[in-house]
Amino acid sequence: MKMLKIWLTAFALLLVTQNLYAQGAIEITRGTDKASPIAVVPFGWQGGTPLPEDMAEIVANDLRNSGMFAPFDRRNMLSTPTQASEIFPRDWRILGVEYVVAGQINADPGSDQYRLQFSLYSVVREEVLMTRTVSGTRSQLRDMAHHLSDQVFEEITGIKGAFNTKLLYVAAERFSVDNTRFTLQRSDYDGARAVTLLQSREPILTPSYAPDGQRIAYVSFESGRPEIFVHYIQTGRRERITSFEGLNGAPSWSPDGERLAFVLSRDGNPEIYVMELANKQLRRITNHFAIDTEPDWLDANTIVFTSDRGGRPQIYKQNINTGVTERLTFVGNYNANAKLSVDGRTMVMVHRQEGTRNFQIAIQDLERGNLRVLTETSLDESPTVSPNGVMLIYATRQQGRGVLMLVSTNGRARSVIPTQFTDLRVPSWSPYLP
Amino acid sequence: MQVIKFGKFAALVVAMGVIVGCSSKGGDTGGTGAVDPNAGAGYTTPASSGDDMSSEEAALRAVTTFYFELDSAELKPEATRALDVHAKDLRAAGNRVVLEGHTDERGSREYNMALGERRAAAVQRYLAGQGVSPSQLELVSYGEEKPAAMGSSEEAWAQNRRVELRK
Repeated sequence: MKMLKIWLTAFALLLVTQNLYAQGAIEITRGTDKASPIAVVPFGWQGGTPLPEDMAEIVANDLRNSGMFAPFDRRNMLSTPTQASEIFPRDWRILGVEYVVAGQINADPGSDQYRLQFSLYSVVREEVLMTRTVSGTRSQLRDMAHHLSDQVFEEITGIKGAFNTKLLYVAAERFSVDNTRFTLQRSDYDGARAVTLLQSREPILTPSYAPDGQRIAYVSFESGRPEIFVHYIQTGRRERITSFEGLNGAPSWSPDGERLAFVLSRDGNPEIYVMELANKQLRRITNHFAIDTEPDWLDANTIVFTSDRGGRPQIYKQNINTGVTERLTFVGNYNANAKLSVDGRTMVMVHRQEGTRNFQIAIQDLERGNLRVLTETSLDESPTVSPNGVMLIYATRQQGRGVLMLVSTNGRARSVIPTQFTDLRVPSWSPYLP
Repeated sequence: MQVIKFGKFAALVVAMGVIVGCSSKGGDTGGTGAVDPNAGAGYTTPASSGDDMSSEEAALRAVTTFYFELDSAELKPEATRALDVHAKDLRAAGNRVVLEGHTDERGSREYNMALGERRAAAVQRYLAGQGVSPSQLELVSYGEEKPAAMGSSEEAWAQNRRVELRK
């Protein structure tokens, strides 16, 4: 069976290739046809003691996570330049490397300021593409590295980098059946530098970042029942938004950050509502005896949501002004928890194919409708997409523990987000942060 | 499927255990250690039909967790017998109970939150149909957030798809 699949794939590839040749001039955008080999040379540092962060390693990981770059193993480098003038193209061409990032870190004597001057070099063109400096304090070395990654990534791909972003998620430590500690965490997108925002003995669920990056919404059972809160990250101030009888769940911010869509069952059945945050005015959007839940905004007037009105959970789209509703998913017998890309062209969701028992993350093109399964795990949920649409993080289970996995939307890069916690769930990617 | 059968079997064994436990103590319950005057030596009185009823009722009363099939909120036939006993108690006492809806870990969390509520609502509807006031029945869904059994096996999943009646 597997063999057959491989042969079919090979045959399909052959057809595609022939077709491409037949069409003649084809422009292949660099970075999407294959992962570009790039060398991030360990940065020079003259200070006496080693720095607390390996900045070149952070940059290499960022670029690898995008699925568009294949960082070259530093142990096999023939030379270790720390500035553009020390880069010899033949050293890299022979290794098949297309780009080199080299740099030097300096500290201002007697201060906490660090400067990293770096160059991006094209081996193919034998020229320096950019030379820049990033600076910051000792505690900002990771931010500086991510900032460098953003600039290199955008210079080569033309896509804005999203490595300087944050992740929200919930960690659960289960001591016994009736004793679990839930904490809401905020970390760098790659899992580093986690900070606890909230701790509770009752479940915390569905955190989500407002478009301003300053506020978050989530569901907390701290009172023994679900309630939706808005939490200001800087001050820690919290505001209880809903506390109705029944479900209070799945909060999702409108693109302008002024409204919140969520689910209430106060009318006897899970329905989607939109609240104007300034005056707390509530509007019911759906009206169906089925389960309607997990709203996400396509634009200011349109939401997508999960509904089992057709018998099984599928994704629907509704204009919140006209009420016109359209089903979006037709492949698979379970599609839920859709998250739209910022450009509104694609959505990712929890998906189960016909004839399988696996819940996986799939991506669907909203214009053409075609669907692609992105993950190779089987109890996948809660997908969340980077603001540039290049990467996604989702929750799955490994050896009985909840883990967060990162995959590139081109399917090439996969890794587990490292953590100090035993059980993680419900990741939510921040927007671009200032 | 096999697991569910095992679950039923286990429930039956527990129920029988309670029944057996009660009837073996049957001699003690009547009159603080008094021996049935009608009983000959070496002869144990078989439990009367009345005792049988109440001990079975006690066993059913002890059943406060009701299980569901995957992605289903339909009550299983065996659940209704225990719920009938709870309905009788609730009608008599007028107290308030919480119906906690739960799901297994598969699928999306917020959808499961809604599915857990649908299960709790199915129990609520049944009890209301037996004359219990809906105001006595509070619904809370925890979705997949509070599993009874850990692990990603069919057995654990079957134990987690449930509604718990809590006093």
